[in-house]
Amino acid sequence: MSKGKGEPRREVFALFGGVYSNAPALQAAIEDALQQEATRFYCLGDLGAFGPHPDRVFPLLHEHNIETVQGNYDDSIGNGLDDCQCGYTDPRDNHFAQISYDYTLRKTSEANRKWMRDLPKEIRFEYAGLRFLLCHGSPRRTNEFLWESTTSTAFLNRLADEYEADVILATHTGLHWQRKLSDGRLFVNVGVLGRPANDGQCCVWYTLLTVEHNGNTAPRLTVEFRPVHYDHERLAAEMRSEGLPDEFVETILTGWWTTCMEVLPVKERLRGHF
Amino acid sequence: MCAMTSDTPHVSLDSLDVLWFQVAGTICNLTCRHCFISCSPTNKSFGFLSLQTVENALQESVEQGVKEYYFTGGEPFLNPALVPMVERTLPFGPVTILTNGTVLKDEWLQRLKTAVENSTYSLEFRVSIDGPDAERNDPIRGDRTFDRALQGIRKLCEFGFLPIITMTQTWDDSENEAVLSQFRQVLRSVGNDRPRLKILPRIRIGAEAERTCGYGEFERITPEMMEGFDQSQLLCSYSRVVTDRGVAVCPILLDSPDALLGSTLKEATEDFPLAHGACYTCYQFGSICTNPSTKRQDHG
Repeated sequence: MSKGKGEPRREVFALFGGVYSNAPALQAAIEDALQQEATRFYCLGDLGAFGPHPDRVFPLLHEHNIETVQGNYDDSIGNGLDDCQCGYTDPRDNHFAQISYDYTLRKTSEANRKWMRDLPKEIRFEYAGLRFLLCHGSPRRTNEFLWESTTSTAFLNRLADEYEADVILATHTGLHWQRKLSDGRLFVNVGVLGRPANDGQCCVWYTLLTVEHNGNTAPRLTVEFRPVHYDHERLAAEMRSEGLPDEFVETILTGWWTTCMEVLPVKERLRGHF
Repeated sequence: MCAMTSDTPHVSLDSLDVLWFQVAGTICNLTCRHCFISCSPTNKSFGFLSLQTVENALQESVEQGVKEYYFTGGEPFLNPALVPMVERTLPFGPVTILTNGTVLKDEWLQRLKTAVENSTYSLEFRVSIDGPDAERNDPIRGDRTFDRALQGIRKLCEFGFLPIITMTQTWDDSENEAVLSQFRQVLRSVGNDRPRLKILPRIRIGAEAERTCGYGEFERITPEMMEGFDQSQLLCSYSRVVTDRGVAVCPILLDSPDALLGSTLKEATEDFPLAHGACYTCYQFGSICTNPSTKRQDHG
């Protein structure tokens, strides 16, 4: 039902980053977002990887009408490519990534692979006069890493100009952060549900973006990064029983990354344990 | 050596993401035998950048949406204005300093530590050592340079930096794993318990062409090689270098007469012909000059 000009309105967007086959975390995040009165749900891609039983993620996405962007992993699994296109340069990282990739490719149904093949590279919509752009890595490249400590504000302003967006939402790095841009614009890396944020905590993260507006003044945007607690010990046990690397299991149980360290910039690297 | 023909592919500057500052020109306290721009204490083909030049370029770079900054030479720390330059740059974006690690002073590192603690952005140090022991390194970089660089790494670690070690590969591919393994042990012995290592290919121009040999006439990029190739792998598609003689296309080709493109960033946007042997190495290895955190992928 439409409301008159001047009447306050509020919409809460739930934004989920890389799921990495962590279905219990996705389930917990959906429940939390519903409690927080989220009304619109989006996932920014990378549904598989890292965790066990990749097919368990898809029913949750369908059941809750979660609009989903295609991540590099989804492109790879969907199209049966040779690797995940994660872009690691360290042979050790590539070794573990390949084990996980081969497992995920083998365990993902053809129906889900087809669904991933057809996902869009970006989702755009307008709300409260704001142009939203949802992507995986960056607006220009699915697997571009936008780290907080290596992405200048000037660069993000340029992306917002070139891609004609007021709010850019991305994931891919595994670490959540936000930056206010010029003219009230905003960039948010929404984090990931698939593994902890390399901070020694076992929870994972998603983002709630609340937009309040009344038609008279500029919309008010509020970003909240929400920790998600779930049965991570059970996930770890399932990963072990599926033969996934112990290094990945350790991350789930300790909250510290043990792989993919080489792509981290120094500031992010120093915050971690390894 | 440039070998321009009517077929030579050209690369457009698609997006100025990375800005280099040739802060020390070609002036270095060392005379490495493989240096692709033949830096030495006496090579003044390119001189020090002034703080004013850096500030002017910074202002222009912000207007153009530059993502990150690299400081190189020569040895950047020979330029007395380096520390203030980095202090002025860090509020705008991430900085990487490429150093030989042999001239670092506590006072400078303390100031840089304070600057990075007050910044959102990373300050990366890349220290060049060309092997995990003096036997491999010193014949290339000079007597005692292995020990001196290692002391520099120790100092950086003491100040809480976590340098990336870059080594130019002068050994066979089959030895890479052994070299990396030995390097990790050596770095742990100087307090670097999270080694970050990057192997670089030799660029066979400048002093390296004298030491071994230059590029053959067929080691050039052809139009066929560019078919289906993602040109965003090439530094010249997303970067420029500020020198004391103007803006150049990339930090490798400084000695080539066609490398200098203009006096400002806006004047240096023209397409560049991939007519050099060094372009061939860049094509083969991709993004050799940038850090792993911003390495460009050829998919996605």
